[in-house]
Amino acid sequence: MVQHQTEHDNENWDIKISADSGYLDINLREIWRYRDLLMMFVKKDIVTVYKQTILGPIWFMLQPILTAIIYAFIFGQVARISTGNAPQILFYLGSFTIWNYFAETFKVTSKTFSENATVFGKVYFPRIILPLSKVISGIIKLLIQFLLFFVIWAYYLWVKEAITPNWHMVFFPVILALIAFMSLGFGIIITSLTTKYRDLNFLVAFGIQLLQFVTPVIFPISSIKNPSYHLWLWLNPLASLFEAFKYAFLGQGTGVFNYYWLGYSVIWTIVALVVGIVIFNRVEKKFIDTV
Amino acid sequence: MNNDVVIKAENISKQYRLGEIGTGMLSHDLKRWWALARGKEDPFLKVGVENDRTRKANSEYAWALKDINFEIKRGDTLGIIGKNGAGKSTLLKLLSRVTGPTTGQIKIKGRIASLLEVGTGFNPELSGRDNIYMNGTILGMTKKEIGRKFDEIVDFSGIEMYIDTPVKRYSSGMYVRLAFGVAAHLEPEILIVDEVLAVGDAEFQKKCLGKMGDVASHGRTVIFVSHNMQAVQSLCKSAMYMKSGRVMEVGPTDVVINNYLNREVKNCLVRKWEEQDDMPGNDKVRLSSAEIVLHNPEAGNIIDVNTPFDIRFEFYSSAEMVNMNLSLVLNTTAGVCVFNVTTQPTMIAKGWHTSVLSIPGKLLNDDVYTISLYFVKDTSAIEYVIHDLLTFEVIDEQRQGAWFGKWVGAVRPTTLPFSLK
Repeated sequence: MVQHQTEHDNENWDIKISADSGYLDINLREIWRYRDLLMMFVKKDIVTVYKQTILGPIWFMLQPILTAIIYAFIFGQVARISTGNAPQILFYLGSFTIWNYFAETFKVTSKTFSENATVFGKVYFPRIILPLSKVISGIIKLLIQFLLFFVIWAYYLWVKEAITPNWHMVFFPVILALIAFMSLGFGIIITSLTTKYRDLNFLVAFGIQLLQFVTPVIFPISSIKNPSYHLWLWLNPLASLFEAFKYAFLGQGTGVFNYYWLGYSVIWTIVALVVGIVIFNRVEKKFIDTV
Repeated sequence: MNNDVVIKAENISKQYRLGEIGTGMLSHDLKRWWALARGKEDPFLKVGVENDRTRKANSEYAWALKDINFEIKRGDTLGIIGKNGAGKSTLLKLLSRVTGPTTGQIKIKGRIASLLEVGTGFNPELSGRDNIYMNGTILGMTKKEIGRKFDEIVDFSGIEMYIDTPVKRYSSGMYVRLAFGVAAHLEPEILIVDEVLAVGDAEFQKKCLGKMGDVASHGRTVIFVSHNMQAVQSLCKSAMYMKSGRVMEVGPTDVVINNYLNREVKNCLVRKWEEQDDMPGNDKVRLSSAEIVLHNPEAGNIIDVNTPFDIRFEFYSSAEMVNMNLSLVLNTTAGVCVFNVTTQPTMIAKGWHTSVLSIPGKLLNDDVYTISLYFVKDTSAIEYVIHDLLTFEVIDEQRQGAWFGKWVGAVRPTTLPFSLK
């Protein structure tokens, strides 16, 4: 009877707060219940950026186009780095926009705990909502920015006939999803590791800048003359994604579509995400004591 | 059977690490990790001191909560009382899932919402409208629920005109009212409230307390933490008294509050010296006792704003004949001088003498007071002074009406004739 009662007792509790948690304890139902909050965070991210500006959301587009122009001048004209057969401005605009999405999402999710400690210290909601909202608001910004890319892309495609895109473009959503989840995975790993000891934050700050130059953002891997470096570049899990994107939209010579390396990136993404969720779960309960 | 228990806490403890985080912590973390990796117990869980803030800790760990057990039933309104550092806020943090316990488990039935502050997640750039949704969703409401309550919230906060203005342009009063408006319209099954009532003007506090009373009367469970005994008394059916991270008592509010006051009020009502050498004074005058005596001895040692009492002194004068008067200064512990009264100058002979000051009820405010005593010779020369001779706390009465804020002033002379026709 007593036994029965305890069992009955255990079934009925909605929330259990205890010292330990399961490894993959991600409560999807709870996240779903907080979906309105997720959307509010996304809205806040998008809307507050251009509050009190005259140009409003146009600022989202100005940043990549100005960057692409400067890149085209420095890397294209001064350093004369090859962009394959593609027009430089288009090459830089496309890959910088995607790179920027990765870098920004990674940077902001890697500070989830430290930057939001005041809110986390006062109220409970599934902590993963916050980094998730950054991933989504980033995607929306990226899509706004890609409007500009597509205009210029269409111009080179139909007016100039300078590029040869192909059916691999259907993989675009997959490439974006992989970049989104990879930045989320790595971001929540870093934020979980830096609640107590912040040393890693310093590495992240300049590491992300250096990473851009070993990722095929401003060059296609094929433009590197010495083939013994190629393997090292491909080992970067981001490499195949940038190469695939450029191959699909800009054509031969600007990138390579390699299923094996894409598979390699998929594995990285899954591992980063799973490891990220595991340690995020372990940290989220008590980080507020040490952050 | 156990169906009506909505919160059950089993052996919960919370340990905090004191001091700064740096390389010093790393060695402990490594030791802990190494012990856990070998399947042993966390070595630092065995150490730690009680959370007494007045003493310097002799351990690097402190227990903010230690082995807490309690149950709360559906529809109960529980007030948690205790001094600063008793663990009230830590317990609320655990219940609100802001942080986890070091050991033990809390089980909760139903939707829970906590108000550890008002206006969490408010973004200064967003309009009042957006912030209602932002804050509401953070507190666990859905967009639909907020939409249904939207007009009520705006009405409650009285900011209809400014609803589409960014809240950074709000006055602090408007900001708080909007924030509280959202909070007051939460409809969870369990509501946890920290001392957020300390904000806003009297009228607004009244509104909020009324709203909380509503919540409680609708069969929902409310947990309320406060220093304010009046608010606890009028809102809560039962109370939990905490001290140094432990639960001292759970029971009916009146009983618990009474016991709390008896144990915690820092009174020094009696001081007596047996040996002549110990008595404060000099070769002319020595004080042998000072004590506060309540007119009604059944009241125990609790002095509330209505309690009349005497302050009695006994002293020995060594001079043959001297023109002496006593001067008493009453200060609050914050250092505000409340008054200074003196006896008539009197020729007194060598020997023991007694002096009594009667303090009527309805004179002092709720505060902690200290007494300084002066022996004055020939109405001008101070013979001897004793500062902080006695300390006593005057507590508030159970107030009528719905306002429970701090009554300002060094005194509260409620007998002064003040009429309104």
